[in-house]
Amino acid sequence: MLLEGLARLGRSGLGALERLGRAHLLLAAMLLGAGEIIRRPGLLTAQVFNIGVLSVLIIGVSGLFVGMVLGLQGHYVLAQFGAAESLGVMVATSLVRELGPVVTALLVAGRAGSALTAEIGLMKATEQLSGLEMMAVDPVRRILTPRFFGGLVAMPLLAAMFSAVGVLGGYFVGVGLLGVDSGSFWSQMQAKVDFHEDIVNGVIKSLVFGLVVTWIALFQGHDAVPTSEGVSRATTRSVVHAALAVLGLDFILTALMFGD
Amino acid sequence: MGRQRGIEILVGFFMAVGFVALFFLAMQVSNLSAAVTGDGYRLTARFSNVGSLKARSPVTMAGVRVGRVEGVSFDKDTYEAVVTLRIDSAMDRIPDDTFANVFTAGLLGEQYIGLEPGGSPEFLRDGDEIPHTQSALILEQMIGQFLFSKAGGD
Amino acid sequence: MVKVRGLCFRRGTNLVFDRVDLDIRRGTVTAVMGPSGTGKTTLLKLITGQLRPDAGSIEIDGEPVHLLGKSALFRLRRRMGMLFQSSALLTDLNVFDNVAYPLREHTDLSSSMLRKLVLIKLEAVGLRGARDLMPNELSGGMARRVALARAIALDPAIVLYDEPFSGQDPISMGMLVTLIRQLNDAAGLTSVVVSHDVAETATIADQIYVISHGEVIAHGTPAQIAADRSPWVRQFIDGLPDGPVHFHYPAPRLADDLLARGVA
Repeated sequence: MLLEGLARLGRSGLGALERLGRAHLLLAAMLLGAGEIIRRPGLLTAQVFNIGVLSVLIIGVSGLFVGMVLGLQGHYVLAQFGAAESLGVMVATSLVRELGPVVTALLVAGRAGSALTAEIGLMKATEQLSGLEMMAVDPVRRILTPRFFGGLVAMPLLAAMFSAVGVLGGYFVGVGLLGVDSGSFWSQMQAKVDFHEDIVNGVIKSLVFGLVVTWIALFQGHDAVPTSEGVSRATTRSVVHAALAVLGLDFILTALMFGD
Repeated sequence: MGRQRGIEILVGFFMAVGFVALFFLAMQVSNLSAAVTGDGYRLTARFSNVGSLKARSPVTMAGVRVGRVEGVSFDKDTYEAVVTLRIDSAMDRIPDDTFANVFTAGLLGEQYIGLEPGGSPEFLRDGDEIPHTQSALILEQMIGQFLFSKAGGD
Repeated sequence: MVKVRGLCFRRGTNLVFDRVDLDIRRGTVTAVMGPSGTGKTTLLKLITGQLRPDAGSIEIDGEPVHLLGKSALFRLRRRMGMLFQSSALLTDLNVFDNVAYPLREHTDLSSSMLRKLVLIKLEAVGLRGARDLMPNELSGGMARRVALARAIALDPAIVLYDEPFSGQDPISMGMLVTLIRQLNDAAGLTSVVVSHDVAETATIADQIYVISHGEVIAHGTPAQIAADRSPWVRQFIDGLPDGPVHFHYPAPRLADDLLARGVA
């Protein structure tokens, strides 16, 4: 009984290690395929469209509402300390440092990541990937690599849009509805939000998230059991793993960047 | 080919909007527009105590920001804090008998350096040290002194 | 053309092939037949280098497939075409672009030249008029013919067919049978057909290998196979429900199983 349990634990541990190894091999293959992108930029354009352009609406709307909620809640708390003018700082810092990169990554994982996994998984299930291989076309280079770099390019831009729209949403609520002084909203924000400390770090975060989210999505698709059940499971796993990875990495990155 | 062209235009538009958003964050939200990185000249000042002064704290004259704190280090021979200031190059007429104080914005606010110009006709140049300084006021010390003088007065 | 010697392949603990020898001569249609689950598709994947054997050798035109590196393998595959069971058309491209795909990847033809080549290939499979359809608008038989046009787009020396007839109505089955033979003879191809459709395959094959339980149990011309007396071959060729391959999956005696107490 005990031995059986230990054996099962060992088996699952070995399986996880094996998957991790395959995931890294895939990552290496995709990075090595970067040359393909330079030779045929059209491939990248199509994927930036799929991952980036098609996500703009959801990112913009979410950013606006998150910014507006931050404006309302922040004003409520700050007004108690007579520091309502700091609303701009609060909204901008939380958006640029945390919510922008993280929420964008979660939304992209749900919208584009799941679609990537399903697409690759189905291509595998319908032998399209084997078909490419038989046509002497490397599916990793031709299909996966452009999607990977598309995600890498799109994520920071989407996060920047999210933060920018969020700040405007916060401005709209704070200044427009709650009567915070417009001048101090911006000047306090500019005095406290630092370009290197906040903006650059936020962009680095979203680059890392872009890498992780598309990597997980593509790996799950590429590693999916080629049946309809396998693909649906892979899609679920892709979103769950990506969300967990983003939140966990966010903690680590925050500790590295902002923890003195 | 028309579809491909449409995609390219939309992607171009997407990238442009993304970069505009980044530019907006950099210029309007953060302090990049007012940053002094690499610009201006350097002064040093020695304090016996700088409180919670940090790099990038503002340096002001008459309440107007004229520069930033570049770094705070400790001199292990004199047991003093050495603060490096970067002053905007436009502010090139700071007299060499200027007073540097560590002030606090409000009771619990952030600490900054306030410069009070003297009357000397000579101006400070890059690398000079501000001779006259006044250290940060530490709340606990003030309370301690207040209580001590009260006790002594009785 | 293709020479397989002492091929062994294992999947987990299950021995899929046990010392299999095959010879496929240039310009012929060779059929590999056997019941479902005998690893016929696996054999094709081994021949094309998508899987590596555990032992034995596979040579195509003297090149050892099982030893080739990725780039050499890709070079070799440009001379091979494969028709997948599921057609494997790229679903986001229309018929024309699917057939043009290998040409665009591997050649620098001008677009007018490319168009002519693709239309010739589509004409060969009778689907020149369907060039603007998307794969999901095609019937199964049409999809398979498009995939065939794509497989021969680069004028390969050898074409492999994975279950070309399964799931086809008699009409499209007939079309495919004639197509395979015609293409083979007209373009001087070498064809390998993996199938369990005995009658159709026998009409076009020059040579048949029957595989069961990881071993070649018979090989020869269709006439020789039809005359084979071995019970294995007879059961497969004549489609007998019981024989050396049992109707029942191995199980304890029915009475024991029904009388057994407790949970399964």
